[in-house]
Amino acid sequence: MNWPHRVVVTGVGVVSPVGNDAPSYWAALREGKVGIGQPTAVPPELLLKEVVAEVKDFDPARYFDDRALAPLDRVSQFAVVAAREAVAQSGLDFGDGLGDRTAAIVGTGIGGSSTIDESYKRLYRDNATRIYPLTVPKLMPNAPASQVSMHIGLRGPSFGVVSACSSATHAIGLAFQMVRAGIADAAVTGGAEACITLGALKSWEALRVQATDTCRPFSRDRRGLVIGEGGAIVVLETLNGARARGADILGEIVGVGMSADARDLTNPDVDGMTLAITRCLSDAGLTADDVDYINAHGTGTLANDLTETKALKSALGARAPRIPASSTKSMVGHALGAAGALEFIATLMAIRDNVAPPTMGYLGPDPACDLDYVPNAARPMKIDVALSNSFAFGGLNAVLAARRFA
Amino acid sequence: MADVTADVVAIIAKKIPGEKKDVKVTDKLTDIGLESIDALEMIFDLEEKFGIQIPYNANSAAADFSTVGDVVKAIQKLVDEKPA
Repeated sequence: MNWPHRVVVTGVGVVSPVGNDAPSYWAALREGKVGIGQPTAVPPELLLKEVVAEVKDFDPARYFDDRALAPLDRVSQFAVVAAREAVAQSGLDFGDGLGDRTAAIVGTGIGGSSTIDESYKRLYRDNATRIYPLTVPKLMPNAPASQVSMHIGLRGPSFGVVSACSSATHAIGLAFQMVRAGIADAAVTGGAEACITLGALKSWEALRVQATDTCRPFSRDRRGLVIGEGGAIVVLETLNGARARGADILGEIVGVGMSADARDLTNPDVDGMTLAITRCLSDAGLTADDVDYINAHGTGTLANDLTETKALKSALGARAPRIPASSTKSMVGHALGAAGALEFIATLMAIRDNVAPPTMGYLGPDPACDLDYVPNAARPMKIDVALSNSFAFGGLNAVLAARRFA
Repeated sequence: MADVTADVVAIIAKKIPGEKKDVKVTDKLTDIGLESIDALEMIFDLEEKFGIQIPYNANSAAADFSTVGDVVKAIQKLVDEKPA
C-alpha cells in the first residue's frame, strides 16, 4: 500500500528500573544490569516473597514543583518526564502550529494505581469521610496521555490506550498509523505504568505467576514474571518533516501488526501471536529473511515463553532459530502498560548500535524453548530490521517493526 | 486432625465444567477439565476454607499437583501443620 508518509523516530525518553533517562537505560541493558529486588514501596512482609523491578532514585521534586505535582499520580509523572526527554532530544518546536497537528497517545495497563490504593486505604482502613479532590483525574487511565498533551502543548488526537501488557505497543502502533496516513504530522507516544502498590501486587499474587528469585525468560527453571514500572515515550514524525529541519533520525517504524486470540482470558495462544507477527511483516513489506533481531515479549512465565517460541517458529519458519530473540524484561521486569514502549526503544537502540541486548538470568535451555535468546551477555551483531513483540492478558497482541534509517 | 479429603474433593468438583461431578482422588486434574483459571479459583477457595497459605506457583504447578490426591495430600499437610 502506498501511504502518504514514511515515519521516523527523532526522540526517545525513559524512566526505568535500570536508569531514569534513555542513555542510562540503554547502557544498562547493554551491560546486562538487572534492576530486580525486594520492594521498597510495599512492606515485603505483606507479600509472598515476590521480587519487583522498581524505578530507583526518582525524586518527583526534581521534575515538578508542588503545584504541578498535585494532580500527577506516579504513572503520569513517569509519562511526562519521559515525554520531556523525548521531545527535547527530537528538537521539535510545537509552538508554531505543529502542536495543533501532533498526537499524544499513551498506553497504561492500570492507570493511577497509587491513587486508587491510597484513596481506598483512607476510606476502608482509616475510616476517612473524604478523599483527595483530584482523585478521579489522577487515577483515570487517560491521565498519562492528558498530562503529556498538557505539559508538552499538543492539541492533536490524544487518548489513552488500554490493552494490559500490549498497551504501549498498541499506542505506538496507532500513532504510527496516524502519522503515516497524514492524520497527524507528529506524535508523542508510548506508555507508562506505576503499579508497585499493595493492591496491585496482591492482585498479581493471586494469579500465582510471579517469580521469587528473578525473571528468567525462556530459561529452564524459570518461575514466572516480575512486576516492573516505568515510562517510555518516543517522538514520531514524517520523514519529510524530519529531513526538512535536519533532525537526527534514530530509526524508522515500518509496520505494525495487531490481533486478538479470542480464546482464553489468560493463557497465551500461538495462533493469535503468529497472526500479529505475520501481519506486522506484511504491513512493513518484510519477510522473515529481512528480520535480524526480535525483542521478545518473554515474560518468564512457563506458558508465555513456550507459546511465544512456537509462534516465532510458526511466523518465521526455518529462519526462526537464526534470529536472536531476547527479553529485556529479564532486567527491567514487566512494566505492563509501559513494557511495549521500553522494549521498542531497546529495539531502536539495538538497531542504532548493532547490539542485541541480552536475556539475563538464563540458567540453560528448556527443551520447549529452543531458539537463540542471547543468554546473559549482549551480542554485537549487524541489525538493520527488528521486531518488538507484546502479547497481553485478554489475548490482545501487537508487534512493531523498526528499520535502520538509511 | 480431621480428614480434609471430602472437603477438598467437593471444592475441586465445584470448579470443573460439566454435569458429571464424580471426582476421585486418583483423577488427574487435567483429565477432569480443570483449566488454569479454575485451578487459581480452587487454590483460593481451599485457602479460604482451611485458613491456610498454599505455596502454589502456576509456573511449576504441573509438577506439584498432578492428581486430586496430590491436592488432598498437600492440603492435609498444611492443615495438620497449622498452629492451633
